[in-house]
Amino acid sequence: MAASEEASRPFAGLSEVSISEDIPVEGDISVPMSSSRRDDEFSTLDEPVKETILRDLRAVGNKFIHVLYPKRSSALLRDWDLWGPLLLCVTLALLLQGGAADSDDQGGPQFAEVFVIIWFGSIVITLNSKLLGGTISFFQSLCVLGYCIMPLTAAMVVCRIVLVGGSGTVSFAVRLMVVTASFGWSTFASTAFLADSQPPNRKALVVYPVFLFYFVIGWMILTFSPSQ
Amino acid sequence: MASPNDLQFQEFEEAAELLSADPGASTLSMSASNTSSTTAPVGGGGGGEEVKLDMSEDEEGQEESSELLGGQKAAGGFWTFEYYQSFFNVDTVQVLDRVKGSVMPLPGKNFIKHHLRSNPDLYGPFWICVTLVFSVAISGNLSTFLSHMGNPAYHYRPQFHRVTIAAIVIFLYAWLVPIGLWGFLTWRQGTERQVGGYSFLETVCVYGYSLFIYIPTSVLWIIPVEWLRWTLIMVAMVISGSVLVLTFWPVVRDDTRVMAVATVATIVVLHTLLAVGCKMYFFQTAEHLPTTPVTTAAPAHVTLVTKPH
Repeated sequence: MAASEEASRPFAGLSEVSISEDIPVEGDISVPMSSSRRDDEFSTLDEPVKETILRDLRAVGNKFIHVLYPKRSSALLRDWDLWGPLLLCVTLALLLQGGAADSDDQGGPQFAEVFVIIWFGSIVITLNSKLLGGTISFFQSLCVLGYCIMPLTAAMVVCRIVLVGGSGTVSFAVRLMVVTASFGWSTFASTAFLADSQPPNRKALVVYPVFLFYFVIGWMILTFSPSQ
Repeated sequence: MASPNDLQFQEFEEAAELLSADPGASTLSMSASNTSSTTAPVGGGGGGEEVKLDMSEDEEGQEESSELLGGQKAAGGFWTFEYYQSFFNVDTVQVLDRVKGSVMPLPGKNFIKHHLRSNPDLYGPFWICVTLVFSVAISGNLSTFLSHMGNPAYHYRPQFHRVTIAAIVIFLYAWLVPIGLWGFLTWRQGTERQVGGYSFLETVCVYGYSLFIYIPTSVLWIIPVEWLRWTLIMVAMVISGSVLVLTFWPVVRDDTRVMAVATVATIVVLHTLLAVGCKMYFFQTAEHLPTTPVTTAAPAHVTLVTKPH
């Protein structure tokens, strides 16, 4: 009884409220129209194609810059994409063509071999890191490993330019230095991104395959010899 | 009345004090992963927050219990990820210790019993095989280049197809031979698997780690001195072969004399074939190399000479 009285007390005054009839009560009951504006921001169907492409290109370029100046950031990991790795892989495989006696089997790697080594190698390294207990996701790891091929692709471009000038000992020394520096840069960049996601007592077990991967790519670049 | 209770209470206190004083002490528990982590040797690598004690006096007891649990390690079915994750349950120090054990075989120490301790891994065999493939192919290419250094007609070729061939040969050896050996040993033992038999993974593990010595050997083969190469082959085969023989002899010696010797001899012969075959194919000296540019030039010369008849 007392409880029901207490419960009704907040609404007790309502029965005394009355609205006099000469004050019109009017208003609008409608959903605010700003929701359609919000829809426009999320829907990208209406934007020009140039903007769509530029947005992806800007994202790819942003990641390239992150590889150029590697520091422990999560930018590469958060928005992963595989456009950059594909671009780099195809560029590198194309540049490795035109080597000595490409058609017979004594020459350098074929296009398919470079492709398989890069992609299959990345997949195997990612599986290895996940099996060892890493917390990075599959595609994030592929993204990082692919983007960190960029210094080696740059080294390949430099090597081809140097080889135009001749293929003697001096050019070999220059190419060796360039490839070694870019191999070190690639390994350092990828470990800067991947290191935090590994359990601490297995870090070396995860870093070694990455080292081997970039070493093999570096050897393919260094041993590229143009056809005479 | 009070005294028996006091005595009992003190016993518990002592045990509790012991445990609190030494929280890392190896307590025998029935899960295989615990066993392996508490018997890992003290190492300086990795995180290092946990002190892992090497309880060598307890080795026999723990080995017996872990042997019984040998077949029950895998978690989940073979289609789950966790099943394969259980094969990669190693730390950096453990892998380094196993590699050291494969390079320095001591007569008393069985690789599987001493180093694997019922925690065989697939990390070592797989990455040692991959490294060996590339080291053999790269070193072979370099040695070919060095042996042709003085020849002005020689044009350097990367010979990338050798990587493919090396990969096929080495992976077939490292995976098919253990399958065959394990099948044969299991068949010979019949149903007494628990008594000294090795699981399939342990066999693969031993073969994988025994190939490690060939990696520095293949790098040293670049030196173009023939007797040095043969000496290196001998040393590597002795070390690697003795790891295998020391591992498999205790299992095989219970069999008839003939079968035991035949099994061990087959192991050694296959290992020898791999080493010698790799050397002969990848590290050919200059006179054995196919000289295709010279031979294609010769017929052209002949036709030019015979034409003006």
